[in-house]
Amino acid sequence: MGIEQFEIQMIASVVAAACAIPGVFLVLRRMAMMSDAISHAILLGIVLAFFVVEDISSPILIIGAALSGVLTVSLVELLNRTRLVKEDASIGLVFPVLFSIGVILIARYAWSVHLDVHAVLLGELAFAPFDRLLLFGHDLGPKSLYVMGTVLALNILFISVFYKELKLATFDAGLAAALGFSPGLIHYGLMSLVSVTAVGAFDAVGSILVVALMIAPPAAAYLLTDNLTKMIVISVILGVLSSISGFWLAILLDANIAGAMATMAGVLFVLVFLFSPQRGIIAIARRRSRQRWEFAGKMLAIHLLNHEGTEDEEHESQIEHLEENLRWKEKFAERVVEFAEDKGLILVNGSRLVLTNQGREHAKQSISDD
Amino acid sequence: MEVSALINDLFFDYTLRTVALGSAVLGIVSGALGSYAVLRKQSLLGDAMSHAALPGIAIAFLLTGSKQSLILILGAAIAGWIGTLFVMSIVRSTRIKFDSALGLVLSVFFGFGLVLLTIIQKRPDATQAGLDKFLFGQAAALLERDVITMGVLGAIAILTMMVFWKEFKLLSFDADFGATLGFPMRLLDILLTTLIVLAIVLGLQTVGVVLMSAMVVAPAAAARQWTDRLGTMVLLSSIFGAIAGIVGALLSSSIDRLPTGPTIVLCISVIVILSLFFAPARGLFWNWLRERKNRGRLHVEAVLEGLYSLALSHENLEHPHSVAVLRLIGSGKGGVEKSLRKLEEQGLVKSTNTDEWALTNAGINQVRKLAKNREGNN
Repeated sequence: MGIEQFEIQMIASVVAAACAIPGVFLVLRRMAMMSDAISHAILLGIVLAFFVVEDISSPILIIGAALSGVLTVSLVELLNRTRLVKEDASIGLVFPVLFSIGVILIARYAWSVHLDVHAVLLGELAFAPFDRLLLFGHDLGPKSLYVMGTVLALNILFISVFYKELKLATFDAGLAAALGFSPGLIHYGLMSLVSVTAVGAFDAVGSILVVALMIAPPAAAYLLTDNLTKMIVISVILGVLSSISGFWLAILLDANIAGAMATMAGVLFVLVFLFSPQRGIIAIARRRSRQRWEFAGKMLAIHLLNHEGTEDEEHESQIEHLEENLRWKEKFAERVVEFAEDKGLILVNGSRLVLTNQGREHAKQSISDD
Repeated sequence: MEVSALINDLFFDYTLRTVALGSAVLGIVSGALGSYAVLRKQSLLGDAMSHAALPGIAIAFLLTGSKQSLILILGAAIAGWIGTLFVMSIVRSTRIKFDSALGLVLSVFFGFGLVLLTIIQKRPDATQAGLDKFLFGQAAALLERDVITMGVLGAIAILTMMVFWKEFKLLSFDADFGATLGFPMRLLDILLTTLIVLAIVLGLQTVGVVLMSAMVVAPAAAARQWTDRLGTMVLLSSIFGAIAGIVGALLSSSIDRLPTGPTIVLCISVIVILSLFFAPARGLFWNWLRERKNRGRLHVEAVLEGLYSLALSHENLEHPHSVAVLRLIGSGKGGVEKSLRKLEEQGLVKSTNTDEWALTNAGINQVRKLAKNREGNN
């Protein structure tokens, strides 16, 4: 593995970690699409700042981009407040305009410089290691690693300082407001964080991967845990995993690295979606089927209890009779009997069913539960 | 280019005519079906669908090697549809919310699309060029054949919408009621979603995947400001979409280095802004005017009542008072003099020679009338 390859993976991992942290709150606060809006809109800020300083590597560009991210958020809020359009529509109205202006400005006036829309969308991760940070003639490593390292540190700092406030505002906005935490301040703080992260990251990985890394790992983590701290940690881990596996996928297919990382983020999500022990599709299906059997077993026990000691006990406790009495299909009835026998609720005596002591208790308890 | 020459070309120049027709179809179809997306709070679904279409285009090309728009549109539609299906099933079966599901599908599908595009670009047969235009659209590259494809598919979409007009209306405004009436709401939902996907993929060649979502949201959001009726909204939305499509596409094909997608989006955004401000009844500008007028009227009334309450402590109700006193008791915040002058014009107050103001008879009557009205309202 060449040193460039290692550095690319380092950069991508730091980007993934930096994106996952604010991403968790976006997913929890139902504002995931703001990351899409912001990551598109920052293009305009970069272009405008470029016109002012005329230097593609100036840090002013980052400031311009972060400001345009905040501008997007404010415009969406402003449009919401008119109540003329619904919230989702106002996001969908604002960012295409800003992005369009950015694309047109580039196409008209900045097409000759290294500022092309494709790079903005797709990122140039493969070239990131070539942009080195030089200090007193010493090569300190790729510049974007430092940029993203700073962003990551900033995110960690923000989250740990305002952890309590963010948690409260995310899960109980009403209580947070009543206790005196300004919801607006938290909202804009978080949005600024998203903007800065998107700006820092998109130079290296492009805006689409920013969205993928902000949403997919936290969404997957949301299916794995109920604990906020754990969710953040899992998101970071999943993000880093997507980055590294995406990198190797890209090498394997000789394809765009950012795209491959987004793909892997999606693949990891699908895996969690299917196999999460509590909330995965398979776990849910299994739980449903187990509940179905347990309910049926309970029905059977109650049915037998009802007729215990009555005249028609003999008749009512025949397996064949279940079909007509409980409206069960023959196959289903047989399997329920099997299930109940396994659980020790009944004994099968020829074709006659008898409650065990345990089954009797279970049935009585089930009735009294209501 | 002169305007008359442009209009001349519009009818007789092959490229321009093709471009204008194609963009008109795009605007009409996405405007009409976008109305439903906006009304059903699914504005951002269009964003996810159009991004999700990218891998479909790439796969369609990889499989067939053809760049015919029908095949690419079909691929795009299937992928967009699968993306939507993903969004729906994530929302239905987990606790992940709609917006996260959208963002997830949007970015992952688009990322996968980019992977495929780069693979195609590196293929030795080098016929790949042209798929790139799906990112931001390229109206000038539209062929007559493409426009015919778009027209036929668009007509099918619009006709289907008209056939199921009543059902879709029910679905958009009161789906539960529809279900109790026995309509298969789930099926209708899928049908409408399919039509929206179709509307989106029709525009991809012209506007591009990145900005196509704006063509779904913006015309409908603009049309919504002008009317409360679904029929009028759909019609207006189509017209807005068509205007923006034609103007944007013409601008971009007659001016160098003006990408089509962003230009069309800016055109429709201008329409949205004008609608937000100047649509009758709901427009922000009219609201502002109305508020200003109301505020002025309330100020004037407050001064009149202030004068009356002061006069009550005298035997003569026409007892004059100075402006300073009126200001002191806080009646009429927005300039007491201005309000007094307005009242004088209406003959409700008169200024006395000592530079003080007094109620006239008419003024006294007016105050009592106001008081009575207020009681009546309470």
